Amino acid sequence: MKQTTKKNSARVDAREKVRGQTRFIDDIPVYGMLEAATVRSPVCHGKIKEFKNIDKIKKMPGVRAVVSAADIPGENCVPFVKNDYPCLAGVGEDVKFYGQAVSLVAADTRQQAQRAARAAELLIEEYPAVYDPVEAMTPDAVYIGGEDNIHSSFRIRKGNVDKGFKEADIIVEKVYTTAHQVHCYLENQGITAVPGPSSSVIVSGSMQCPFYVHNALVRVLGLPYSKVRVIQTPTGGGFGGKEDMPSILAAHAALLALKTGRPVRLVYDREEDFHSMSKRHPSRTRIKYGASSDGKITACQAEYIVNGGAYCTLSPIVAWRGLVHVAGPYDIANVMVDSYAMATNTVPCGALRGFGQPQVNFANESLIDELAEKLDMDPVELRRKNLLKTGSQTATGQVVGESCGMEESLQKALQRSSFKLHRGSDKGTLKKGMGISTTFYGVGLGAEGKYFAKAGAQVYVKEDGSVVVAVGNVEMGQGALTVFNRICADTLGCSYDMVEILEPDTTRVPDSGPTVASRATMVGGRAVMDAASRIRDILKRAAAVKLGTDENRVEIKGGKYCSPDGEMDYVDVVNEAYRTRQQVAAQGWYTVKDVSFDPETGMGNSYPVYTFSTNIAEVEVDTETGQVRVSSFTAAHDIGKAIHYPSAEGQIHGGTVQAIGYALYENLVLENGKIINPSFTGYTIPTSLDVPDVDAIIVESPYSEGPFGAKGLGEPPMVGPAAAIMNAVYDACGVRIRKTPGLPEDILEGLKKASVES
Amino acid sequence: MNISFILNGNKVNIDTDPLKSLLRVLKEDLDVVSVKEGCSRGECGTCTVLLDGRPVTSCMVAAGQLRGREVVTLEGLENKREIKVIQDSFVESGSVQCGFCIPGFIIAAYVLLKENLSPSRDEIREAVSGNICRCTGYTKIIDGVEKAAEILGQKNE
Repeated sequence: MKQTTKKNSARVDAREKVRGQTRFIDDIPVYGMLEAATVRSPVCHGKIKEFKNIDKIKKMPGVRAVVSAADIPGENCVPFVKNDYPCLAGVGEDVKFYGQAVSLVAADTRQQAQRAARAAELLIEEYPAVYDPVEAMTPDAVYIGGEDNIHSSFRIRKGNVDKGFKEADIIVEKVYTTAHQVHCYLENQGITAVPGPSSSVIVSGSMQCPFYVHNALVRVLGLPYSKVRVIQTPTGGGFGGKEDMPSILAAHAALLALKTGRPVRLVYDREEDFHSMSKRHPSRTRIKYGASSDGKITACQAEYIVNGGAYCTLSPIVAWRGLVHVAGPYDIANVMVDSYAMATNTVPCGALRGFGQPQVNFANESLIDELAEKLDMDPVELRRKNLLKTGSQTATGQVVGESCGMEESLQKALQRSSFKLHRGSDKGTLKKGMGISTTFYGVGLGAEGKYFAKAGAQVYVKEDGSVVVAVGNVEMGQGALTVFNRICADTLGCSYDMVEILEPDTTRVPDSGPTVASRATMVGGRAVMDAASRIRDILKRAAAVKLGTDENRVEIKGGKYCSPDGEMDYVDVVNEAYRTRQQVAAQGWYTVKDVSFDPETGMGNSYPVYTFSTNIAEVEVDTETGQVRVSSFTAAHDIGKAIHYPSAEGQIHGGTVQAIGYALYENLVLENGKIINPSFTGYTIPTSLDVPDVDAIIVESPYSEGPFGAKGLGEPPMVGPAAAIMNAVYDACGVRIRKTPGLPEDILEGLKKASVES
Repeated sequence: MNISFILNGNKVNIDTDPLKSLLRVLKEDLDVVSVKEGCSRGECGTCTVLLDGRPVTSCMVAAGQLRGREVVTLEGLENKREIKVIQDSFVESGSVQCGFCIPGFIIAAYVLLKENLSPSRDEIREAVSGNICRCTGYTKIIDGVEKAAEILGQKNE
């Protein structure tokens, strides 16, 4: 059943948001609440000898408590993949990046708390520091963390690359680098902790992963899970930045709440958020393709090094996702990849939309174009010869099964964009060019995160037929509430306005894993569908009894339960179920089908399914100023099935624009490990004047495991645009940019070099 | 310090630090929900309000500058037909994702449409360029403003 009337096309949360009445954590005061601030390390590497003026800070106006590592009742560790990230760096312990949390202050007002935190004086013995991940690999580098500064490493050994390169007629090898990217969710990080009944604590705030926060609180506070309750509040953008980081704020706010016995709110300002919260990993990818003269790729070898920063956080999984995807969406018999997440004395990097893939896609999709040129072959034709299709093998030896819309996405994008190469043919100083990239994206957590690959939901049908749904995956702007609403309503046969999706709360739903990896629709959606289907079956039975028919003959059509023996309105069926005392409430559960990874060879079924995408950029390069303008952009994504089209288009628009920023504008500058441009003036993200209207094409190649055939979409739009843009820049003016961001000075330098060479 | 000003048509009197920003005064002292803090440096437009009828980022105005002046937030504009139309158009155009930046965009659109009921897409882009959105890529926000302009323009003819 599909209800796509105009009225129903609106998101469930839009009305309240256009009135500005959605309360984010900074809009939710609690009676008696204190505000918190954080004392941070002013150095990148060193040992804390003393908190010199702690007694003075405690007496500053409004200050109610100062908390340090010694006050932590549980473990001084915020658990992520490993357990190396201290909740607070204590006296006698090391700080490893500028801005690392050392102590916490709670005061009557935010201004008082911030003033007190800023006045803190720490005595620190400074150590030498390393900021570059490649330098961190050298044998005599300063030790920061992990094993010889390696947070983690992975490998793929498929076929025989030496043989593959021998078979090749042409070999290309290049190095591509990418810089940090900052999430720039408009709502900064924020959490409130409230002491609850019987020594419990209730923590609410802006987050993607209430169950990660739950785990962290249990660990830091030393409480049983049953004494900790985590509630997600409306979240003003996440993009991965609210995957791991809210655990830190939650632990901090809760420590202060337990110390003072009062509610405590901790909300960062933009500068603090820039300095201390996670970023996209900067990277260096050395990649090599070999191909026969007719364009068949015979081998791929790559080394992918990411700067994980001072603590490990999610770096292993980022390095792993990059590993699985770096060879590109191609069927290649011989693949050898090594990926490393390195420790440095810079801010820890974590999840950001795409999660290790934008970096490697920029490398492989640029190199494919460089290979095409060497082969004197059209870049589309070269891709077509090698692209994955049903039956072909990924780099990890996974056979591509159902739901492969690669070719369809390519075809549609080529057609809609009228793709053609300009080959620097424009006269004058304003040169147009077009570029393409193709991508695949493993949906969900994959084999390295399969423990979390599950989700629950609870659905209750009330007496009037309205429905309450408790879920474990969050809305952060991407449209999850609307998607869950549609899945539930379409399963039950009720109208969309009857279904209310509640905010995730760890006391209502079992651990449903994180809301990351484009998994909310595919996994959380299936849990909602599972619960709703159970109730639907109960309702069908109730209708069958009333209609004097067999339940198998009852079908849901247009809001009615129909059978050859008569039909009933949904609400009447609910009334009948209530009258006959049926349990019209159900728990839903879904676990992702098994995935695998052999750490020796890298072989395995890495992800349950993949999305497939084609990006086509058209750019104008001003060869006098070096300015690049993206004049049009076409993005075609195979997502299985769109549950709510406007939201799906919105994901493509937003992700693509975030990727345009990544490619051309977003330049986080670190000097000796310290970010020197922690603001929107210093770190510029695209405004409405910087980007075109993105032409979003939704390709639907259904996935039988997904709800109504859906896969995922949040991240794929961020993966491919950088390479498409740099390929377009090359097409326009012959300058090959092998770094992000590609700034005007890079273009001008490239043009200068080209004119010297010619 | 005691400061009186007009908020959404009503006189308010608060006891506050004169250096505190209007943004924090609205949030902490007056519980105004629509005004959100995105950057606190006048860079993102999320906290836009009308001060004596002109759009300002409220994070850049100090409480001490408010005496006798008139502040209007989205709450104070809700009875205006133009605002209702813009809000409806945003809902129908899918202009909203996380929604944090949206009140600022609605005020920017309102200011534009008061002057120009048939803006081109480029004029809309220019008019909202002081507001940052990280979710939508702007396309559907511009669709929303365009749609509102169309509706408001029709009724005026």
